[in-house]
Amino acid sequence: MEPVAAKIDLRALSVFYGETAALREVTMPVRAQQVTALIGPSGCGKTTLLRALNRMNDIIPHSRVEGDVWLDGHSILSPSTDVVALRRRVGMVFQKSNPFPMSVFDNVAYGLRINGVRDRREIAERVEESLRAAAIWSEVQDRLHAPALTLSGGQQQRLCIARALAIQPEVLLMDEPASALDPIATQRIEELILALKRTYTIVIVTHNMQQAARVSDVTAFLWMGQLIEQGRTEDVFTAPRERLTEAYVTGRFG
Amino acid sequence: MVPQVEEHLDTLKERLLVMGGMAEEQVRLVIAALVERDTQLAARVQRSDQPLNDLHVEIDQRCVRLIALHQPVAIDLRAVLAAVKIDTDLERVGDLAVNIAEAVQRYLHHPPLLALHYIPRMADLAQQMLRDALDAYVRHDIPLAEQVLSADDVVDALKAQASVDLIPLMQGSPATIEPALDLILIARHLERIADHATNIAEGVIYMVSARDVRHHGQPG
Repeated sequence: MEPVAAKIDLRALSVFYGETAALREVTMPVRAQQVTALIGPSGCGKTTLLRALNRMNDIIPHSRVEGDVWLDGHSILSPSTDVVALRRRVGMVFQKSNPFPMSVFDNVAYGLRINGVRDRREIAERVEESLRAAAIWSEVQDRLHAPALTLSGGQQQRLCIARALAIQPEVLLMDEPASALDPIATQRIEELILALKRTYTIVIVTHNMQQAARVSDVTAFLWMGQLIEQGRTEDVFTAPRERLTEAYVTGRFG
Repeated sequence: MVPQVEEHLDTLKERLLVMGGMAEEQVRLVIAALVERDTQLAARVQRSDQPLNDLHVEIDQRCVRLIALHQPVAIDLRAVLAAVKIDTDLERVGDLAVNIAEAVQRYLHHPPLLALHYIPRMADLAQQMLRDALDAYVRHDIPLAEQVLSADDVVDALKAQASVDLIPLMQGSPATIEPALDLILIARHLERIADHATNIAEGVIYMVSARDVRHHGQPG
């Protein structure tokens, strides 16, 4: 693998929900300006892993974390970590688009306002910038003040990406961002991911194997909470090292 | 759960084996025609190429459909790519058997030459290589495929020796030039058949292990 700096370093990361280990001692780097895809059957721990990267698991009762996650060389699990600041740096886009029940503009401006940006011109600029980066500007520039919920599903998802981009994160976590979209909207999201990786470090969870193959540089295969294999996507899909990975990507599982 | 793609791959394998059997049989018959001086049999081999060509087209179409409809990955993808290459090699073996059949018919106008004994030996080896390469394909047997690769050197050496032996014969007696040239040609065709068996074996190694051993494994 090319010597690209690790933006995030998972070190023997385990996550427990009560007594159940959802993730067992996962160690892997997530490299900057690359797309890392997490694949594996339902319940394998990929969403848990994703949520560990900005401490979203904190809000789940009885959850417990062992090991460590480093972001730019600093532990995000240390008690001194400012979780709000962390989530500003590590943004998240969910499976189901979840625009707030407010206008297109206010959805994107929301994060800026709660982060203390007051200047109207600056807000307007950042909103436009984010909508452009999320490849939705041309579709919404004439209806910035229409309710976000009047947008199509694919547009809503790109709006949510714009909302995440507005606060200028460094890492984008995407949990099946295209699973509820039609093929055309899916293609637009995938193109967007490829464009965004020039600026951001992206980690994506997907059940769509072809999607992982198309958009990611690195693929990590998880199974029963364990990292079975992580490697260049082209290797994982042409010549995986592990039999389990091969069984999974060729559909011979279970 | 057996995925649909596995059934299609099994059928692909079956069809390739049928094709391999046909190619091998063409080689066996044309050498029998040479050894038993049976012009009619040689003529029959020359006319019997069509089923191989049909299978070539059929197997390629199956591979195209499999890729388009099932998007195979990992070993499945390598198996489909190997099939596309193997059927091309087998089709070429069929063509070479036809070329041999033409040379045999010309050769049989002349009295037999002494150096003939190299030819059945080469043909046996080439057929064995084809058989082993296809067995290796079916059984995912890398050691067997590697055996095919080393057998190719023996066939090459026999072909070189045939030419060495035939040249003084031609120098001594111009009447032997025509049949001797046909024997050299037949030896060359058999050597090419062994090369195709080698290609198939290399394809098997790639399919099973994702290791590309062609051209001495370059580039890493």
